[in-house]
Amino acid sequence: MRRENETSEKKSGRKARKSGKREEITNMEEKTYVDDIDRSVYDIKDEEHDAFRIEEGLTPEIVDQISKEKHDPEWMREFRQQSLKIYQELKVPDWGPSIKGLDMDHIATYVRPHSDMKNNWKNVPKDIKETFERLGIPQAERKSLAGVGAQYDSELVYHNVKDEVAAQGVVYLDMESALQGEYADMVHEYFMKLITPRDHKFAALHGAVWSGGSFVYVPKGVDVSIPLQSYFRLNAKGAGQFEHTLIIVDEGANLHFIEGCSAPKYNVANLHAGCVELFVKKNAKLRYSTIENWSKNMYNLNSKRALVEEGGTIEWVSGSFGSHVSYLYPMSILKGRGAKMEFTGVTFAAAGQNLDTGAKVVHAAPDTSSYMNTRSISKGGGISTFRSSVVVQKNATGTKSAVSCQSLMLDSESRSDTIPAMDVRTKEASIGHEAKIGSISDDAVFYLMSRGLTEEEARALIVSGFADNVSKELPMEYAVEMNNLIRLEMKGSIG
Amino acid sequence: MSHKLLTVKDLHVNVGEKEILHGINLQVGKGETHVLMGPNGTGKSTLGYAIAGNPRYEVTEGSILFNGEDITYMPVNERAKKGIFLSFQNPLEVPGVTLSAFIRSALEYKTGERIRLFTYKKKLLEMMELLNMDESYAERDLNVGFSGGEKKKAEILQLLMLEPSLAILDETDSGLDVDAVRTVSRGIQIYQERCKGSLLIITHSTKILESLHVDVTHVMENGIVVKEGDASLVDVINENGFTELRDEK
Repeated sequence: MRRENETSEKKSGRKARKSGKREEITNMEEKTYVDDIDRSVYDIKDEEHDAFRIEEGLTPEIVDQISKEKHDPEWMREFRQQSLKIYQELKVPDWGPSIKGLDMDHIATYVRPHSDMKNNWKNVPKDIKETFERLGIPQAERKSLAGVGAQYDSELVYHNVKDEVAAQGVVYLDMESALQGEYADMVHEYFMKLITPRDHKFAALHGAVWSGGSFVYVPKGVDVSIPLQSYFRLNAKGAGQFEHTLIIVDEGANLHFIEGCSAPKYNVANLHAGCVELFVKKNAKLRYSTIENWSKNMYNLNSKRALVEEGGTIEWVSGSFGSHVSYLYPMSILKGRGAKMEFTGVTFAAAGQNLDTGAKVVHAAPDTSSYMNTRSISKGGGISTFRSSVVVQKNATGTKSAVSCQSLMLDSESRSDTIPAMDVRTKEASIGHEAKIGSISDDAVFYLMSRGLTEEEARALIVSGFADNVSKELPMEYAVEMNNLIRLEMKGSIG
Repeated sequence: MSHKLLTVKDLHVNVGEKEILHGINLQVGKGETHVLMGPNGTGKSTLGYAIAGNPRYEVTEGSILFNGEDITYMPVNERAKKGIFLSFQNPLEVPGVTLSAFIRSALEYKTGERIRLFTYKKKLLEMMELLNMDESYAERDLNVGFSGGEKKKAEILQLLMLEPSLAILDETDSGLDVDAVRTVSRGIQIYQERCKGSLLIITHSTKILESLHVDVTHVMENGIVVKEGDASLVDVINENGFTELRDEK
């Protein structure tokens, strides 16, 4: 996907790529660890299981094993154990889409170190493989994306990016390393303070079994010249399913971080319970972009939160495709005077998907502003729900907030709901909300077809245009991929 | 016998349950400019849409031949590739696609070949200048936030870039100020000169026709063609409106 040209080593991080065609990096070996499937996993599956008896899969012993394998400092081992206890106490949420299909036994087995439960490429669903083919995903990446345990060696690109930004004083490490080195204390100070294990059951689960992810620290005043991309960390165990991202942008600094990719991410262990904590210090700016396309068996129960200090800005750019069920509400806390939040998102719910997404903001200081611009597309019976929550505390005078949600329904089977919530405790605030819903007009299709496009191409173009609130905020390669993904979704051929 | 570019034969068209066109007969030769006039609501645009192939307009009887080929039930995009172009009265906004990229795509669909960027861009800017369109419009999303006049100019720009053999202009002058009408009219003239294509200009006012060469004028009323004549018929209508024609019947 994002690759450097083989010939221009120094251009790492810059995505020099031939349009349309993907290049294989021939100088990187693909490391493959593929074991046969552990039959015992399937035996467990044969027993009858109430999905809510999910605690049984996960034991303190397993959590200790995880901690040991990662060489966790003692505080982290204790933290994991505490989180496990909280996980067992908390109830599963009952206000959103059903998560009955969550297979916690697989997950418990999966997170166990040296687990034999790695899938075999032969067992990866056909439509996933076809999607890889259609999106032009290089062979080297497919197995990794499909949870086959292949270690996609992105080290070369990753290190080059690291070096380039290190020159600016930026720290960009995987989470496990960050816990050990000179930033260990900083990590300890911040880790799961913004999203705590008490917040909800899957935050607690995350606290217990988290694995992989990125730690980024940008020093004061540094303007990071290239976007940092988490894609390079694909080889971490868990293929990003329980990854923890912790980003601290110090005063006056500027960073753009991009996570995810348009290629479908698949695993038999069908839960994504990642955690993203973003700290934006005084007058700093952070743009956090995500494209995610979890495969259609996955439950995407992710938590993302940002804390913004005086004069700081957080920009969320989010393209959500895929996953069977999503609960996704990036939350921003505007803690300092003049802090700002912008959220631009698009969600595409196709057949069999129930995507419950939105954004939350808390105005906890004067003269803060928030702006949400979301679009949702539903097709083939897909359900898309947008939830927004705007909380304005008593002291947050001079708050400005505007929420706009547009829905495009591609047929009459699909469903789209908007559920706004507002809690405003001061009169000196300006709050707005608007919601629009529509379908592709025949006139629009006719106009495009009258210029030679087929009906299919016309519809795809209209939907891509509808999603341009997000695509125009992304670097070009991501925008192109997002549009390719939309085109495939429109054809109904996504796995 | 040389066949005409466009032959419409006894065309009956429904919109939903209602029949709007009750047997239209019309022929347009190569390189000819035809004007279709008539009071509002008489079915002029319906005829335009039916020729272009809008599926909402259902042909119940009759036929449409283009270059001798029966296109009565041919899909819109295929007719476009054959060389039929419809300039819309209310052009659609298409976010996410720039004016330049859109026209280039349309050209590629038509010719089936990749268009060389440099030559394309050069011609595009040349045409935009002829139409008094600021070149910044090329990189703006198609029609998004364009004024009525700019939208119409963008349609004529597409006309000049796509070079169709038959251009149907649907109420191209509606909502335009005097300058814009002049500019659009000039654009049509350039099309006549450069492409020598055929035109079917649908209008109920005549401002736009003032400096254009017109071969045939058709007047429609209540879904049929009631009178045909040459360019002078336009002047007659200008002076007396449509009522005199009605009385003639």
